[in-house]
Amino acid sequence: MNIITNPDKLRGFEKHVKVEKVSRRAILKSLGIAGGLVLAAPVTSRQAFAAYQTGAGKMPHGTVVDPHIFVAIAPDGTVTILAHRSEMGTGVRTSLPLIVAEEMEADWSRVKVQQAPGNEAKYGNQDTDGSRSTRHYLLPMRQIGASARAMLEAAAAKRWNVAVSEVKAVNHEVVHSASSRRLGFGDLAADAAKESVPAIETLKLKDPKNFRYLGKGEVSIVDLRDITMGAAHYGIDTRLPGMKYAVIARPPVTGGKLVSFDSSDAMKVSGVEKVMEIKGWPWPSKFQPLGGVAVIARNTGAAIKGRDALKVVWDDGDNGKYDSVTYRTELEEAARKPGLVVRKEGDVDAALKRADKVVVGEYYLPHLAHVSMEPPVAVANVTGDKAEIWAPVQSPGGTREDVAKTLGIPEDNVTVNVTLLGGGFGRKSKCDYALEAALLSKELGVPVKVQWTREDDVRHDFLHTVSAERIEAGLDKNGKVIAWRHRSVAPTIASTFAAGAVHAAPFELGMGLIDMPFEIANIQCENPEAAAHTRIGWFRSVSNIPRAFAVQSMVGELAHATNRDQKDMLLELIGSPRIVNLSSVKDPWNYGEPYDSYPIDTARLRKVVEEVADKGGWGRSVPKGHGLGIAVHRSFVSYIATIVEVSVDDKGKLSVPRVDTAIDCGTYVNPERIQSQIEGAAIMGLSLAKYGEISFKDGKVQQGNFDDFPVIRIDEAPLVTNVYIIEPGPETPPSGVGEPGVPPFAPALINAIFAATGKRIRALPIGKQLEI
Amino acid sequence: MIKVKINGQEHGWDGDPDLPLLWFLRDEVGLTGTKFGCGQALCGACTVMVDKQAVRSCITSVSDVVDREVVTIEGLHPTGDHSVQKAWRQTNVPQCGYCQSGQIMQAAALLTENPKPSHDQIREAMSGNICRCGCYQRIENAIHLASTGV
Repeated sequence: MNIITNPDKLRGFEKHVKVEKVSRRAILKSLGIAGGLVLAAPVTSRQAFAAYQTGAGKMPHGTVVDPHIFVAIAPDGTVTILAHRSEMGTGVRTSLPLIVAEEMEADWSRVKVQQAPGNEAKYGNQDTDGSRSTRHYLLPMRQIGASARAMLEAAAAKRWNVAVSEVKAVNHEVVHSASSRRLGFGDLAADAAKESVPAIETLKLKDPKNFRYLGKGEVSIVDLRDITMGAAHYGIDTRLPGMKYAVIARPPVTGGKLVSFDSSDAMKVSGVEKVMEIKGWPWPSKFQPLGGVAVIARNTGAAIKGRDALKVVWDDGDNGKYDSVTYRTELEEAARKPGLVVRKEGDVDAALKRADKVVVGEYYLPHLAHVSMEPPVAVANVTGDKAEIWAPVQSPGGTREDVAKTLGIPEDNVTVNVTLLGGGFGRKSKCDYALEAALLSKELGVPVKVQWTREDDVRHDFLHTVSAERIEAGLDKNGKVIAWRHRSVAPTIASTFAAGAVHAAPFELGMGLIDMPFEIANIQCENPEAAAHTRIGWFRSVSNIPRAFAVQSMVGELAHATNRDQKDMLLELIGSPRIVNLSSVKDPWNYGEPYDSYPIDTARLRKVVEEVADKGGWGRSVPKGHGLGIAVHRSFVSYIATIVEVSVDDKGKLSVPRVDTAIDCGTYVNPERIQSQIEGAAIMGLSLAKYGEISFKDGKVQQGNFDDFPVIRIDEAPLVTNVYIIEPGPETPPSGVGEPGVPPFAPALINAIFAATGKRIRALPIGKQLEI
Repeated sequence: MIKVKINGQEHGWDGDPDLPLLWFLRDEVGLTGTKFGCGQALCGACTVMVDKQAVRSCITSVSDVVDREVVTIEGLHPTGDHSVQKAWRQTNVPQCGYCQSGQIMQAAALLTENPKPSHDQIREAMSGNICRCGCYQRIENAIHLASTGV
């Protein structure tokens, strides 16, 4: 016995690449929820009335704000609210229904949350990515709740034959104070269902000062008890009668192909029932499966053992030469030469020429794997021209589309049941594993679960890009920065969709490169070419990770070059409180949000720096071997500043005693979950800084599991992460939370290491660079 | 036919005796609370108790647990109110929650062995359990809470 105790969806890219347009349909089906209010009225998909504008309407299928779709009230008063976005740990399955409950005056203890299947025509966009859920749905969810409340009040007023202005919904009842009469939501459900949905312009939203739940952080996630009992249902937990278990041997090199296989030994493994080829698509092909050989068995363990016994011959194809050491040199050389100019203000060449001093920083960040704790997994049951999927997907609607296309059946015939996700981080925005399950179930005529092992996950991921970032900053004789040239070279996510894509897509340029907020007279951003040799995809925070690393490391370097305090240098570079003018940029992207509602506001950027410096004790004295570092970054239209205290011992071993982070994410729903996201972002930031590296040799990923792709464990975690949430001004629109915490962490850590040791780390991971 | 006792109930198995206990629990018995994370005893998501000790079920075979008492997250407490489970809820530990069965089983085994673990002892005992969401600060707080009541 072994006892071991120590050892978007398309994120703004859709419109550039997607060819097919899915027809919008109004599906007038009921939710299948028993009881009262709802389900009979036609679906109306309307533009949300908004006090502020968001980019929600431009997402595929836009926004739906119909209470008939999202709310059901049973005669016993139980209110069921649909969660149409995917839960991967951010708390969205609780937060969005909570907004509805708040506005409709429902008592949260009498609310049940039901997960919606993938159906964007009915529910609106479901891509749970880009830190968009609260930002795009705070207002629509409030409108849904306010509509439901108005319908309940109208029904009660009719029942009592009084003016609707005399009644008021309060805590799961409608009250007529003049006569002291009251009716529960359950009593009113049937009548309320017959009321017409009020025009959005007529809705009266609650005054935030009367909120019972929003902004309080006192409601735990709905799945909390189930999680602690092992009863929460993730993708891996789906079991169907007659279901077979499959694992797949995939081409070890991206774009490689199956030549032949010998299954004789695999078939001898107890429990293995069948070995078969599974179709693959040529690279690049978006999220289509890689193909290979599938081993089908009565349980997962037998399937894995059977796969171990397979003999497979692969043709590695053109990417068989991909080598991370060589590729790094190519990227770094490209960053030393001029590239496609993507932002230009003033004359950076002339300014660098006349500068008193030029500081150059060359930074390198390798590929990263997502390694969500639940590896990719999906169950499919394909019968005739119908398919039903159970899967942990961030893209329920996109998965439905892709399953339909892959099987050649109408989208209406595909049901995608969304389970809880055991982590996502962008990996589960790509539904290849669900497509594999669908293909195998179709072939075999039985329900099939496709399980990825951890090695499959690490070796066949849609990896975070690898990048070289080079910044030249010119200083005048007073130490003022007068020139800034940033070259960013990295294979693009666009290469996963279209062969030959060598430049960053607008959404990648807009993550920390062209939106750089410093007040400098001469700025030039360039994007030299980089060809991809593996599948590149979204990883939590995406291109913000390398860009924030480069820009905020350079701030530290400039502080050192001019003998300034890091925070003072940072504030000087940010400059005056203003709205950054991005008119020199062709497509500022801005996370898909209108610039009027979500401008780059340097007053807010300064504020998070000052807040974290104040509350986090910037400048405090620290023990010998310790150092403080600071970084700030705006991403997903939120503003975040982090201070890291690091300790480096005499052998070069680093630890992190304390992290302080200030976040301005505008109007917020659940501060307790914001705190948990920021705590987690510090861990993920520390993981990628200290250990994160996926490398290639002969086209193959060299890592496979947590032994050679380590992540931070509890014994290396920061002792404490303090989170300070900036109180929003009135009407400040909500902005992202899930991703923005990650980018500033690594540069703050690296600046802290410099303060502690005088050693400047310019390439991640830190690995053994500090060892003495 | 091998017979193994899981959460007090006996289950027979006439398949591969080397089948990892993890897959026997999940796929053959239907106890899906125990999770798969790495298959190599590197992450702790599959932690169960065997004779009250924390064990990685992904590298423990079914034949290893014959004549032993296996307890999974489903059998930790009849109503889910083990002191560790309660502390986990009071501290709002989970984000995605996937690793938490393993974390809770590891923490429960720790407290069985050492009812008042120190900061360092908690960090050492829990260092085999990975949480990619990064709930570590709360995991430690929850174990202190379960251990001391405060």
